[in-house]
Amino acid sequence: MPKPKVAMYWLAGCGGCEESILDLGVDLLALTDRADIVFWPIAMDAKYRELDPLPDNSIDVVLINGAVRDEAQERMARLLRRKSKTVIAHGICAQAGGVPGLAGFHGRDKILQRAYQEVPSLESGGLPQAETQTDHARLRLPSLRESLVPLDRVIAVDYYLPGCPPPPELVKEALFNALDGELPERGSVLAESVALCRTCPRLASKPDTIHLKRFHRLYEVRWDPDRCFLEQGLICLGPATRGGCGAQCLKANMPCRGCFGPLDNVSDMGARVVAMLATLLDETDPEKLENIAAGVPDPAGLFYRYTLAASIIKRR
Amino acid sequence: MGKIISIDPITRLEGHGSLRLVYDDEGRFQDVYLQAPDFKGFEKFCEGRAVEELPALTQKICGVCPTAHHIAGVKALDDLFGVAVPPAARAIRELMHNAFIFEDHLLHFFYLGGADLFLGPDEPMMDRNVFGVIKKLGTDAGARIIDIRKQVRQLHATISGSALYPVCGLPGGVSKAISPEEKAQFQVITQKALAFAEWAVGLFHDRVLEGRHYGSLLARPYMKSDTYYMGLVDADGNVSFYDGTLRIIDPKGDVYASFEAADYLSHLAERVVPYSYMKQLYLKQVGWKGLVDGPGSGIYRVGPLARLNVSSGFDTPLAQTEYERMGAALGGWPVHSTFAYHWARLVEILYAAENMVRLSSLEQLTDSAVRNLPEGMGSSGVGVCEAPRGTLFHHYDADRKGLARGVNLLVATQNNAAGIQLSLSEAARAILAHQTEIDDTSLNVLEMVFRAYDPCMACATH
Repeated sequence: MPKPKVAMYWLAGCGGCEESILDLGVDLLALTDRADIVFWPIAMDAKYRELDPLPDNSIDVVLINGAVRDEAQERMARLLRRKSKTVIAHGICAQAGGVPGLAGFHGRDKILQRAYQEVPSLESGGLPQAETQTDHARLRLPSLRESLVPLDRVIAVDYYLPGCPPPPELVKEALFNALDGELPERGSVLAESVALCRTCPRLASKPDTIHLKRFHRLYEVRWDPDRCFLEQGLICLGPATRGGCGAQCLKANMPCRGCFGPLDNVSDMGARVVAMLATLLDETDPEKLENIAAGVPDPAGLFYRYTLAASIIKRR
Repeated sequence: MGKIISIDPITRLEGHGSLRLVYDDEGRFQDVYLQAPDFKGFEKFCEGRAVEELPALTQKICGVCPTAHHIAGVKALDDLFGVAVPPAARAIRELMHNAFIFEDHLLHFFYLGGADLFLGPDEPMMDRNVFGVIKKLGTDAGARIIDIRKQVRQLHATISGSALYPVCGLPGGVSKAISPEEKAQFQVITQKALAFAEWAVGLFHDRVLEGRHYGSLLARPYMKSDTYYMGLVDADGNVSFYDGTLRIIDPKGDVYASFEAADYLSHLAERVVPYSYMKQLYLKQVGWKGLVDGPGSGIYRVGPLARLNVSSGFDTPLAQTEYERMGAALGGWPVHSTFAYHWARLVEILYAAENMVRLSSLEQLTDSAVRNLPEGMGSSGVGVCEAPRGTLFHHYDADRKGLARGVNLLVATQNNAAGIQLSLSEAARAILAHQTEIDDTSLNVLEMVFRAYDPCMACATH
């Protein structure tokens, strides 16, 4: 029997999800025993033209990381969907837009203008062009979409692998379960729906009720490395974020920033964070509430750091 | 109208890139264009974010070189807040940075560039990858490569939270002290890393330098560009990854400029190329003179070969010995052959390992004072470090609330963008001008030219 076929590809991603595959280590060698990797540009030399002759649905599993930022990425997403039986959105960018989704605060023209016309190191600016005529040929460059979108706004996605990047153990489980036909219901997020807070090594120090008078910026205070961040007045997104990351940031004595995205049945992560934080505040006086807000000067950028592109707030 | 033949995508590359080979109506090769086809917009959407979050945000530009962005970012914050870093924090940051460069250079030597070195340009396409390399070197070697990558990344995770994305950097230090137990583990791992580095350099000599392909590529005229070079050097003029003074040398090897990071705008300028999202940097005072090399052209290069060219060597014995050996073998410094980037990367693997051994033995490493709280905040900060692929600048301007109001990032591969395009044009003309049929091997050699730089297109477009 021929081996199943696997492919890996990145759209508007950073390469971190690709590293999470390389970090499979010996399990990566085991994967090549079980399956043929037919397309994986960061590690192997197959080009786009090698994809075309493959029949529809002939790739058993494709991991696609990164969101969709431009027309070429959109075309690749559709092509890989057509060629593949199972599509796994690999990482938070594919799932919810990730950090590049913050471009939604500005829209396409503003981000291009900043990089190609405004930054102080430019001597001669000018925007990259969709078409450039050289002496003998016309060069085409993919145009950006007005906004970056998660993968499932462009194609049907079968599973979601959360994280920035997902830990190699989760990647391994997803890949091998897919090859064994042991994945859960389609549409599932392939990590438990338990808040990070519940598995936090500092959980024991979290009081039942927290009553805060203010929030601190990270550069303003020192904090106790064993006590709950929220209880010390530092924003931590742990209560509103899916666990499964191994609490890595917390172990480095830094609060959660939400890279595993929301729990099941939460459509808007930022709204969930606001609701969570509101329960901690012991204040109704508007003036004092303003002081509290000063400790969170960029709430939208912080609460939606990884999910703005999937949120319901107004964006471009 | 002529026609275009594409290498699409360029493979074993971080990020997206394509090569367009342009032919005229008579089928004669004209030129090659490197295109970076995508763009994210970090310099805009980092505006309005709390400045203390920027080292964790800007590093999401690249999942291959995140630690370099984190270091440059946190150094920009040190500058913005005007805060000094305690000795333990400095040692911790530097150990993390060296561990990262060690592991990232290995990634290129075995996983990305490996097939260009251990195999040849004419190997079948489906074998040109890390699995082919492991097949060639043997499963014991493969196990060793996988194991050291895992261990060094574990060290990185212990310091910073993650094997990939560090979160420990704060203005004035780091978030977490190192325990004596962790230090003891680091000493074991870094010794193994050093043994591995010596083995890898031996492998390079036995299997690559002695092989049939590398030497001939190294010597080809089209692989040689007489450009300026830039890199950080310490007070003694030695290579330094974490901190130092920027030095630019001219193509003859004479020092052309020395400056501090804060003055980067006086020395470097960038230009937009209409057919690509990657901007090209050049020396501002020499100016942009087109795709030519020599002292009259502002094209300069960065990265491993550039660092060896601008410096007087290394302050660690094994790296210094290998540096001298390389210089002697290639006719003395500066070395202009683009394929020498690979050798320079190996010298730096040795240096990173020796440096990790040194740093993990420092008494101050386990000091609990790892952070100074800033006493005020300025309006601007610039941070610099050497990323694996070259010099990296982060420049943050802040408003009075401590929100970013201007972000400018000059990223390693952008410094090399013009040099890469120059190398590709010269190589393509030499290889393709007299060919009527284009074969897979010729196209692969073009990719090898590109890959010698170990470019990171994700970084270059940010």
